[in-house]
Amino acid sequence: MSELPQHSRSAAEASIAKLHARTGMSRLLGWRHLVLRRLSQFGILLLFFGTAHWGWQATKGVPLLTGNLSSSEFLGLIPMADPFAVLQIFFAGHILKTESLIGAALVLGFYALVGGRVFCAWVCPVNAVTDLAGWMRQRLPIPTLFPLNRNMRYFVLATALILSVVSGVAAFEWVSPIGMTHRGIIFGMGMGFLALIAIFLFDLLILKNGWCGHLCPMGAFWSMVGKTAQIRVRFDKDTCTHCGECARVCPEPQVLNLKKLEQTGCVIPGECSNCGRCTDLCPEDSLRFALRPLIHRPAVPKVRATSPE
Amino acid sequence: MSVKNPARRDFLVKAAQGTAVAACGGLLWDYLLRQEVRAHPYALRPPGALAEGDFHAACIKCGQCVNACPYDTLKLAGAGGDMPIGTPYFTPREIPCYLCPDIPCMKACPTGALSPELEDINASRMGLAVIDLENCLSWKGLRCEICHRECPLKGRAIVLEAHPRGISKHAMFFPIVHSDACTGCGICEKACPTTEAAIRILPHKLVQGKIGDHYRLGWTEKSEITQDFKPGAATESGAPLKPGKKAPGVDYLNEGGL
Ligand code: SF4
Ligand code: SF4
Ligand code: SF4
Ligand code: SF4
Repeated sequence: MSELPQHSRSAAEASIAKLHARTGMSRLLGWRHLVLRRLSQFGILLLFFGTAHWGWQATKGVPLLTGNLSSSEFLGLIPMADPFAVLQIFFAGHILKTESLIGAALVLGFYALVGGRVFCAWVCPVNAVTDLAGWMRQRLPIPTLFPLNRNMRYFVLATALILSVVSGVAAFEWVSPIGMTHRGIIFGMGMGFLALIAIFLFDLLILKNGWCGHLCPMGAFWSMVGKTAQIRVRFDKDTCTHCGECARVCPEPQVLNLKKLEQTGCVIPGECSNCGRCTDLCPEDSLRFALRPLIHRPAVPKVRATSPE
Repeated sequence: MSVKNPARRDFLVKAAQGTAVAACGGLLWDYLLRQEVRAHPYALRPPGALAEGDFHAACIKCGQCVNACPYDTLKLAGAGGDMPIGTPYFTPREIPCYLCPDIPCMKACPTGALSPELEDINASRMGLAVIDLENCLSWKGLRCEICHRECPLKGRAIVLEAHPRGISKHAMFFPIVHSDACTGCGICEKACPTTEAAIRILPHKLVQGKIGDHYRLGWTEKSEITQDFKPGAATESGAPLKPGKKAPGVDYLNEGGL
């Protein structure tokens, strides 16, 4: 950040000091999205569980939310299906019943609007485990055992699709720790918890944000969908002091490249999961959720158009 | 190209490395998949399930069939057990399928892994009841016949055959299963009073043989079999007579001067 002389060191230090001085209410507010995300993640699982085990109904004879995250039906009416699973099944040589196809289209459309990896931060049950590992890792001096390119996940995604063709079954669905977890919680865990422990240890001791940030093909799929997101983190370059605290808490810090943000006005890359860590933390309130159409791009000369990255 | 454009070379090398890692991982992954898919040949599927290979491909593991079953018959396999992961199955000795006439499980299935073509629950073929003749009480000569009495398709799926027995004037009644009517619901297996069920449901491919078409059951044919094999008419060119239609296996019996 040396080439940004307008941001003085002292302003950044003041921001950090402001952050550490947070107490009481403002500290709690700093967790608002975290709390909401956990409520959303566990709430959705609870709806599934209640419908499966306690016969929760919307009205008489109409189950509330049956199935699981792979495919479900809300109010006996609205089908939903995991588009990544449906895609794998398609590659395995099966075109599913219309109900699944409509369900997949609905889910895909929803996440294309709110942000693909909103699934990750707000729905996926594995996220609670990887968040815990990430949180602990931030407080423990554990060096990375081996680095891994964050684009690895796209290779895993491609492998999942190729293997679906080769093996004739939806390749990721048959080994997915995400499936094992949500299915396990609703329908019986078996040995699925071992996968969770493995992910936890991997993230904690081997590679920070290792699973969600580097390997998970589902996250990769949703990252690709997320490019069209209409809810995004807006960046206010006038108030930002470049203290860099946001990138420290972000599980995908590469999306918070402040130089790029100055040009785009908001976080563009699909890897952003709209988790809201940065918005809650930013001591200058420079980062906030906003609707993409309302975010006007700041009038900065376009550098990218002429120089090749 | 490498010298001229280091960025491009860098990218290509990275892509190659990524592909190599994905390929190594892929092989291991593929191995796991194949192990998992053939984990358990004994899995009994809900009514209307596609053939096992297609079922494995089409079922999205959502458990809506499990939720729909009013008897809690169906279970969704957990990870690492002996049933293929995440797929629905049932264990008749615990809870059999009670053959709901409206087939709620099949209707709940969003993928078609439980085929909507199944219209009549009695046409479902989840498995086949097989009797252990050595441990069936009826075949031992006691009057049990519970499976026959409980079978929703009694008289068709299970019939009783009376056999006289030498030592007394009381006949023995042997239950016999007919595969053309047995649904594999497992109500008989659940009802069987022996310590270990003497009648149990197994997937067809594990128990059903196949006689092959080189055997012909003469008494079931409308016409004499030999009529089919009369020598063909003499050809115009006066060539030797050729045999007419052949049945497989008949040639080596009928030719060569036997
Ligand atoms: S990256 Fe994968 S495991 Fe992590 S939150 Fe997203 S879908 Fe879940
Ligand atoms: S037919 Fe009825 S009892 Fe049998 S598996 Fe389906 S829902 Fe359950
Ligand atoms: S409802 Fe269909 S797709 Fe879902 S678990 Fe049952 S068989 Fe599989
Ligand atoms: S499984 Fe048993 S009870 Fe069910 S149809 Fe077959 S013979 Fe009858």
